Amino acid sequence: MPLLSVDDLTVHFKIRRGLTRKSIDTVHAADDVSFALDRGTTLALVGESGSGKTTVAHAILGLNKPLKGSIVFSERDLLALPRRERRAARRGMQVVFQDPYSSLNPRMTVHDLVSEPLRVGTRISGDALRDRVLELLEMVGLGTQHLWRRPHEFSGGQCQRIAIARALALSPDLVVLDEPTSALDVSVQARILTLLHRLQEELELSYLFIAHDLAVVESVASAVAVMYLGTIVESGSTETIFNDPRHPYTLALLASVPSPDPEQRSAGAALSGDVPSAIHPPSGCRFHPRCKFRMDVCDKEAPPLVERLGRRLACHLPDEFDLTADQEAARAARATAVVEEEPRRRARPRPTEATAPRMRRRW
Amino acid sequence: MGKRATAEQPSASPAVAGADTGRPVLQIEDLRVEFRSLRGVVRALNGVHLTVHEGEIVGLVGESGCGKTVTGYSVLGLLPKPQAQVTSGRILFKGEDLLTKSAKEMRALKGKVISMVFQDPLASLNPVFTVGEQISRVVRVHKDVKKKAALEATKTALQATGLPPTDALLKSYPHQLSGGMRQRVCMAMAISCGSAMLVADEPTTALDVTIQMQILKLLLRLREELGVAQILITHNVGVAAQTCDRIAVMYAGNVVEEGPTAEVLKRPRHPYTLALIECLPQGKTAAELKTIPGAVPDLITPPAGCRFHERCAHVREICRDSLPTPVEVARDHWTACHWVQETAGGGDELGRGAGGEAESLVPAPAGSPGPAPAAAQPAEPEAGDPSTSSEEA
Repeated sequence: MPLLSVDDLTVHFKIRRGLTRKSIDTVHAADDVSFALDRGTTLALVGESGSGKTTVAHAILGLNKPLKGSIVFSERDLLALPRRERRAARRGMQVVFQDPYSSLNPRMTVHDLVSEPLRVGTRISGDALRDRVLELLEMVGLGTQHLWRRPHEFSGGQCQRIAIARALALSPDLVVLDEPTSALDVSVQARILTLLHRLQEELELSYLFIAHDLAVVESVASAVAVMYLGTIVESGSTETIFNDPRHPYTLALLASVPSPDPEQRSAGAALSGDVPSAIHPPSGCRFHPRCKFRMDVCDKEAPPLVERLGRRLACHLPDEFDLTADQEAARAARATAVVEEEPRRRARPRPTEATAPRMRRRW
Repeated sequence: MGKRATAEQPSASPAVAGADTGRPVLQIEDLRVEFRSLRGVVRALNGVHLTVHEGEIVGLVGESGCGKTVTGYSVLGLLPKPQAQVTSGRILFKGEDLLTKSAKEMRALKGKVISMVFQDPLASLNPVFTVGEQISRVVRVHKDVKKKAALEATKTALQATGLPPTDALLKSYPHQLSGGMRQRVCMAMAISCGSAMLVADEPTTALDVTIQMQILKLLLRLREELGVAQILITHNVGVAAQTCDRIAVMYAGNVVEEGPTAEVLKRPRHPYTLALIECLPQGKTAAELKTIPGAVPDLITPPAGCRFHERCAHVREICRDSLPTPVEVARDHWTACHWVQETAGGGDELGRGAGGEAESLVPAPAGSPGPAPAAAQPAEPEAGDPSTSSEEA
């Protein structure tokens, strides 16, 4: 039994205008999204902006109202529960947002921020509260000297640590990480990712990881669901999706990641055009206007997300269709920055006048 | 005139360029920029050197606060006026020092011969003018042409950036376009007067990956078809690897390593470059990720000596008090690091690059900080050298 399973989740937003707030149009933010997240694992929702990743996460957290579908968390269907019980059930899930500065109240001290969930959600107080706060801060690598400081005194990475400590306060089973490192520099990102990994092991957490950076996803996720314009186009284990992508969009997305290996330059942009509007999404397969393997059926019928080729795939292309060339391009884009020749670390005799390297002054 | 050391720079550059590219278009020499703030003086740039040759794309790579954008802004003269002070250095564009130009002279250059593209295209376009109007305005400001001719130039520029120059596009407002299209419009505006140099400040950071790749390919096409030399400012090592001919890695106001893209990324020498590349998540599991200890230093009280020494795994005694001078570790590959100087040794690679025309060979500071590595880097002491403050525009 998975910790979280989402079935046919559909979230639409009405666009209202005028005095009567008449609904004039609908944004199809998420349509028939289904996935499952096993306990202790990380599922990544990836896609470009407007693909509906955040909408899905918000629906799970109760931050928007789904049109239909079910969200089963710890064996309870959140959408069917009465309000009070739903709130209690949701205590087991917490969230860390993208922008660490705007997700922390600037007027509150670190102590107040981290203890707030405890004060609201439990009866812990006094010394026990203080101890728990210190324990949480220690978990995320912050010292006691930070206890009475406010968010503006911290760097982005430190703020994200505070946000993580706050999310862990009520010992959740599931943490929704909405682009937790997108606002951070790579060196800081590496530290936050390492921290999240350690916490997952120590506390047996499950992560729903929302990201657009595929390199990050590959290094943290055990399973991946690729979204495009409100629908999941392909999902499966990280290994399957990254090593053997089958959906044309997944292929294009992977090939678009700029590889840090200068010898693996991509030949051209993998995708032309922009993501269409989710107000009037394309008929049939939503990816068909940008797909280079487009067939007649694609603009007429939406392909269902079905289990095949060892993953779930929503595409009309037959199993035997040859995608080797594109898979090659996607693989090339994943080339890592291999430092070819380690700079010499051997101790060498200190250069003397005779052996000193010839150096030219420049700059 | 404390700049004797840099005076010999122009003669050094052609030798460096030598092999592949043309003449230098832009030379930044010993640029120091300070910002007055309530907390004190922020030493944002600490002697930056950078050369861009004709038709070359140079990547400025580094983390936030390392001075990439300040360098870009200095070239265009866009530093905020009362707070920012250029305390020393020259920015030579085709031999003319941009820092000595008056505001009026700079205005004639900006957008005509040197242009800039910013990170957020929506914020850099005027929301109340149509695309056609705002681009042709730039043309009419710089060239004495009639409205019609300006509109033609606008269409050509849009075409060059891969947008169809239809009436519908010319008549649309920025908010009606997608992010990728907006950035293309910004770039059309930048090249509308035939700029020789483009400074692109994180042009793809606000865009999705598939659109990012389109814009990067566009930068390469502008170079190939129009020969526009470019400085590409980015924090994304992948973006630089895919686009740039040369890369300059910046850390806390210094260029710490510079060289051909493949050289710098495949055979990094500076401990910071090495650490930065090891932080990249590509092909690593979260457990294998490496990190850099410590944090970026506060530039109000920057560490003495090498600004990276507090976080460096190979720190030496000399690193704490003397700023390393760049040395050529392989052909056209420069690194400013004491540790590299000490360990690199053997003349094998070094000899190659130095060639015959090397004009100023300095003996290695054989371990001792004694003959302070050249006057080129007047180390830390308050850059407020009064004689130089008259320099700024």
